[in-house]
Amino acid sequence: MSRIVFFFSEAFRALRRNGAPTLAAVITTVVTVVLLGVLIPVFQTAQAKSDEVASQLNVHFALYDDATNAEIAQAKAQIEAIPGVADVTFVSKQEALATLKSELSDKTIVDELHTNPLPASFEVKATNAADLPQIEREVMGTTAAGKKDPISPAISNPFSRQQSTQQIAKVTSALKIVLTVIMALLIVASLMLIGNTIRLSIFTRRREVEVMRLVGATRWFIRWPFLIEGVVVGFIGGLVAILILWIGKITIVDPLSDHGDSFALAQHNSTIAFPVLIAILFGAAILVSTIGSGVTLRRFLRV
Amino acid sequence: MARLRRNKNRAPEPVRSRGRRAPIIELNDVTKVYPGGHMALDRVSLSIGRGEFVFLVGPTGCGKSTLIKTLIRELDVTDGTVRIAGRDIGQMPDKKIPQLRRNIGTVFQDFKLLPNRTVYDNVAYALQVIGASRAEIREQVPATLRLVGLSTKLHNFPDQLSGGEQQRVAVARAFVNHPPLMLADEPSGNLDPVTSIGIMQLLYRINKTGTTVVVVTHDREMVDNMRRRVVELYEGRVVRDEVSGGYTEESTTEFGMRMQAEMGVGANGERKTNGHGHSLAR
Repeated sequence: MSRIVFFFSEAFRALRRNGAPTLAAVITTVVTVVLLGVLIPVFQTAQAKSDEVASQLNVHFALYDDATNAEIAQAKAQIEAIPGVADVTFVSKQEALATLKSELSDKTIVDELHTNPLPASFEVKATNAADLPQIEREVMGTTAAGKKDPISPAISNPFSRQQSTQQIAKVTSALKIVLTVIMALLIVASLMLIGNTIRLSIFTRRREVEVMRLVGATRWFIRWPFLIEGVVVGFIGGLVAILILWIGKITIVDPLSDHGDSFALAQHNSTIAFPVLIAILFGAAILVSTIGSGVTLRRFLRV
Repeated sequence: MARLRRNKNRAPEPVRSRGRRAPIIELNDVTKVYPGGHMALDRVSLSIGRGEFVFLVGPTGCGKSTLIKTLIRELDVTDGTVRIAGRDIGQMPDKKIPQLRRNIGTVFQDFKLLPNRTVYDNVAYALQVIGASRAEIREQVPATLRLVGLSTKLHNFPDQLSGGEQQRVAVARAFVNHPPLMLADEPSGNLDPVTSIGIMQLLYRINKTGTTVVVVTHDREMVDNMRRRVVELYEGRVVRDEVSGGYTEESTTEFGMRMQAEMGVGANGERKTNGHGHSLAR
């Protein structure tokens, strides 16, 4: 018990006496946590948006009007068996017309039609939107003579509502990769930044560690105060950062979110919840600064 | 390691017990080659008995400091065995090394005090490390600081003290848990002659309580007439091991006076060094 008190008093003594390095470590933690706190939701939103766009991409395969139910069911199973196909939905003639009608501004046009000119179709979605052209090629097939040879006689021809399916698919997958890489780099950079600052503050005290070893302090005896210091630095840094984030949230993000469409990103439901975000950031701040202390000490504790 | 602490009812431990008990330091063909090939110690064999006061001399770079570092296993030897109190410390697991160091007081040329702690806290730290109780600390620290003549400077920080005083704090820290062995690596290297004598006297006084003291110095002339055992190293080898000038039992004061005479400090050196070296060092 008295030992724990000793470790804590040692840690706080060191924090007081090494004001400048301590402050540097705290500020680094604050800056990094704030940066992460802002960027994580932004990135998540951007990712979710691009996912959403990509998931809406699809290719339709029109069916001959005289296709039997059995043929349609068989064709559906065949398409579903193609690798990369996520979902195959049958769209009947009536449904196609209803969709068209809902998309038109002048709905009377549809009413003026006496027959339904739209074909029934399969709406095919891919697990990865970039695979859509490949799926299309497989469904339509090609004979040796270069003629179309669909996998099922019920299928007439492919069509796509979005003209630039392929381009959108490419852009979104590229965007996802870029975001993931930036995010990863940022996390690594912040870990190293915090770790380095702590290393620096310990480095200035390597003499102290040397003396401790000399008088026969065990490794853990030396280590505990430093670890406690790391926890305290992470705690204070995390706390200040979260305060800043919270102020930012209620003064900037929340009013914008209230306007709905004008700032849809901020209220996107796939964005991490604020309490969860701060909990993660807070935990990470403490963990990183503690690990940073521990790792640095290893160098000086080699007997 | 076996409890090295001296008996509480410390029987006066005269230096002449040398040879009758297991030596506290025993080196057997110790060789140390630094990475890069420099041979700092070349088959050094040496035995130092409990209660001895030994000077280790030699020119710079002869391996004195390397020898001291191998004794606290700051360095691993390349070959040979180092035994402390009969125990081969080369075989000692890393976990036991702090235990070893607690039983060896060390004093260095550059004092190695913790700059952000007071005199009292610097000395107390050595006790806190070994898990001493608060009561023990409160009793031992002032007593030891009294012994080294610093009882009025308990709450000063190292940078408010003279070199001699700082070294006294270092000695107090090394001695506060009454280790059976004390190593002093050039303890007076940074100090003027008069202050040096004060430190030597202090080490002698500690030796009188039964602690084995090994003092490293490059000042050959000083030790030549000390009437203490002198081990001389040259290029990593022991080239001389003898009791210079015939051993005599003497009081601390006599020891100090003779040292002053040896070093040509003069008659009034006695007064100035008996208490605090700082009056001159300032």
